[in-house]
Amino acid sequence: MHVVYPAVVAALLFSIGVYGVLARRNTILVLMSVELMLNAVNLNLVTFDVWLRDQLHGGQVLTLFVIVIAAAEVGIGLAIVLAVFRNRQSIDLDRLRDLFEPPNSSDPDGSQPAATKVTTGVGPE
Amino acid sequence: MTPALWPPTAQEIVFLLLSVVAVGSALLVVTTRQLVHAALWLVACFGALAGCYLVLTAEFVAWVQVLIYVGAVVVLMLFGIMLTRAPIGRTADLDSGNRVVAALVALATAAVLVTVVIDGFRSAYTPLDPGTGSAKSLGGSIFRTWVLPFEALSILLLAALIGAIVISRTDIKGRE
Amino acid sequence: MTGYFGSYVVVAVLLGVGVAIFAGGLLANRLLRPDRPTAEKLTTYECGVDPVGEGWAQSQIRYYVFTYLYVVFAVDAVFLFPWATVFADPGFGLTTLVEMFVFLAFIALGILYAWRKRVLTWT
Repeated sequence: MHVVYPAVVAALLFSIGVYGVLARRNTILVLMSVELMLNAVNLNLVTFDVWLRDQLHGGQVLTLFVIVIAAAEVGIGLAIVLAVFRNRQSIDLDRLRDLFEPPNSSDPDGSQPAATKVTTGVGPE
Repeated sequence: MTPALWPPTAQEIVFLLLSVVAVGSALLVVTTRQLVHAALWLVACFGALAGCYLVLTAEFVAWVQVLIYVGAVVVLMLFGIMLTRAPIGRTADLDSGNRVVAALVALATAAVLVTVVIDGFRSAYTPLDPGTGSAKSLGGSIFRTWVLPFEALSILLLAALIGAIVISRTDIKGRE
Repeated sequence: MTGYFGSYVVVAVLLGVGVAIFAGGLLANRLLRPDRPTAEKLTTYECGVDPVGEGWAQSQIRYYVFTYLYVVFAVDAVFLFPWATVFADPGFGLTTLVEMFVFLAFIALGILYAWRKRVLTWT
């Protein structure tokens, strides 16, 4: 087995995950894309474990640990998504903009102190 | 002595077919218009990746992948979809406005990673000897070398479980 | 058909045979059956009564905790397999046994928490 094949597949999977994280609006789809990226990393870990013939099986054991951490991450992530849905009735990432800072038209370069910015800043809508 | 890239061995052909399935269904996960279909394509992608692990002789990791990802994580995702009253059927608003920028960033990432990886591992070759990925050999190294991370994982799982309960069940009050 | 790859080839062939039987049955069914759909035939069957509302209901959030408990214990079981193959071997023994039970005890703390918070009660 040439190491190039799994390495290229892992790179492609990771890029697809990057696209999903950036392009999707639904929070659950973003979590799915994160899982794709984690799987790309797992494929790399297994490949290099097999290639380097690690006596401690570091790569494969770390893959198991990454799978477990991914399970924990997705559980907490979905719990947070459900909490957001209960408060907002929406899990649309583009509408969760409470921390959005409106572009200050009078001062585009941001040379003013932050305190005045907060007082002069208007709401997003 | 590295064998030539062409012709591929039987294992490489099986691996390439499985990885085509994995990459194709991953693409469908990030492009499909139906939320439930995305979860089902995720199952296909993870299953094909488990097949890839089997070809790479990482037997135990492959079955853990089937058990945890296909069996548990996707079920959790489907629960999330059901609990958030997601629209069933085709919906147009699954993608945000920055699709083009996202595609550009992803293409740039893919170009950089694939170029570096091909350049770096062009001559790397490993014959596949089964046996190193069995449950017994992994168990030996987990319980001899990697005991401390293993125990730390139990604390992580405990924290995640308690966190999920606290965040999702706000109707439970603390002691008065 | 011996060895690692040979035995998995057998598994793959069996999987293919299973899929072929399943798909073949569905395909034969599709070819043989009469197919004259009308609008009434395509509606959801609810014991002869006209269907009410949509077929998509929101689940209750308390089921989420049960699902997550399942995930945590699936993860837990994953480590029991390699443990079960090695703990009786020379060089492991009592220490490995204790390590596993420390792991299990931490996760049991989680289920104890869930039980004390009355998450597990069916209301």
